[in-house]
Amino acid sequence: MQTADLSAIAADDLKLAAKIARQAGVGLDDCYQCGKCTAGCPMAHAMDLVPRQVIRALQLGQVERAVNAKGSWVCANCMVCSARCPQGVDISQLMLAVRHYGKKHGLRPEPDADKFDDAFVANIRNFGKSNEAILAAKYNLVSGHLLQDLGSVPKMLSRGMIGPKIHGVKDKKSVRAVVDRVLKDGGQQ
Amino acid sequence: MSDTMRYAYFPGCSAAGTSIPYTLSAGFIAKKIGLELVEIPDWNCCGTSAALVTDRDLAVALPARSLAIAEHNAATAGLDVATPCAGCFASLKSARDYAASSEQRRARVEAMIGESYSATADVFSFLELMAQEAAATAIEQAIQDAALTLAGLKVACYYGCALVRPASICRFDDNENPQSMDRLVALTGAEPVEWAFKTECCGASHQMTEPAAARQLIERIFVDAAANGAELIATACPLCMLNLDLRLAEVNKRRQEAGQTTFDIPVFYFTELLGLCMGGGVRQLGIDRHFHPAEPQAKRLRTLQQLAEEQAAREAAEAAEAARQRDVRKEEAARKKSEAAADAVPAAAGQGTVADEKEVHA
Repeated sequence: MQTADLSAIAADDLKLAAKIARQAGVGLDDCYQCGKCTAGCPMAHAMDLVPRQVIRALQLGQVERAVNAKGSWVCANCMVCSARCPQGVDISQLMLAVRHYGKKHGLRPEPDADKFDDAFVANIRNFGKSNEAILAAKYNLVSGHLLQDLGSVPKMLSRGMIGPKIHGVKDKKSVRAVVDRVLKDGGQQ
Repeated sequence: MSDTMRYAYFPGCSAAGTSIPYTLSAGFIAKKIGLELVEIPDWNCCGTSAALVTDRDLAVALPARSLAIAEHNAATAGLDVATPCAGCFASLKSARDYAASSEQRRARVEAMIGESYSATADVFSFLELMAQEAAATAIEQAIQDAALTLAGLKVACYYGCALVRPASICRFDDNENPQSMDRLVALTGAEPVEWAFKTECCGASHQMTEPAAARQLIERIFVDAAANGAELIATACPLCMLNLDLRLAEVNKRRQEAGQTTFDIPVFYFTELLGLCMGGGVRQLGIDRHFHPAEPQAKRLRTLQQLAEEQAAREAAEAAEAARQRDVRKEEAARKKSEAAADAVPAAAGQGTVADEKEVHA
């Protein structure tokens, strides 16, 4: 069991934690650590800090601990935690806010998930639509999992699920402009 | 809801790829029930979870572009939006709600997409629009007209996450024990089972990025479906479908190696089941394109006449069996009676043994 010296928490750390929580529309004081969020979390078994611990870390101003943990990256965003919280705390939004903060500050404790999402957004920026085969191939390439799901390719081809044709929007410029405009401004953060 | 069954159609990226069977079967139903789907011209990817984890604004702007096009295009203007995919539904409806929540936010969205957007049209998933009274009644009628049934087939209706959570955005069905798909599936005569994993997560994109941790999410869904007697799982989401259908072989391989029972539980789009009972063919609906073979369950389709004949034959067989048993009991009783009469003489004379008496009473 860990102990925390509550008298040594810096006000700035608490402010930063509260700021991250505000992005999620969450009041950190609302959580009384019942653990209902984590009891129903389907990915908790793979987390270092489970949802209840992420919010506890933020309550204690331990932003770095929350952000460096894989928890918020392993979160599948299924929102069971938020749906079941007796206090109405939107935990899944909080996990997302922690992840956004980490990503913005160059902390990516779960690089594979990040590479997949970057490849996905790049796919949209390039074509306007998501091309599943290109996405999978690119993800395998950048993540180094070269052979992942390769066995499914013949079946997908024979079923017409993937093919040589690239799907895309006609007005590629307009989608690219939306992506670039939003991401250049640093977004809503 | 729309007054007529006419919607601006957002197919989503999987519609022409991995979820072809959903596109084929939903299209078949639409034709049968007079549901008009007018495709939004030059729609783009909704961004799904990848946009959301990248940036909150991106998750609003990408779907808003398509929604704005739908507003500006003469063929789709004024129509509510319909999408087959649960992920697209979540993205589109979240973006629409965000823009509609305040004038300031709407202006922000317009600035991001570089177009005007009033955020007046609502967004529906195929499941929700088919569960609405007008469509559900038309579906019921089409099934009656085809006189087909999947009676006896046990189905676990699987809703996943994005159709029901968060409730504040989805505003659809119960998020722990939804019933809308169960009710639609019941129209086919099939029997929706009670089970605990209706709204548990399939792992979504984690099946690619966190395969080791995420596989057990799929396995648990099959375990609970099997434990409750389901012969197939019905879904309304292309990603749930892909994860369950594609990965079942791997789950079964692992279980076989561990000496556990394997599952022969194919996954269907709910629209495939409805389409079958409206007279759609296996190929026509895309049922032959699944990874885990789904044809055996599709072959359980019968005409109502076959069902009636089967029922009559079963009842006749039951009646014959009951009559046979009655005869056997009668014979047995008669035999015992005559044996008892024969035994009664020595027993009355005090010569019977304890064993004899036991035999008589046995």
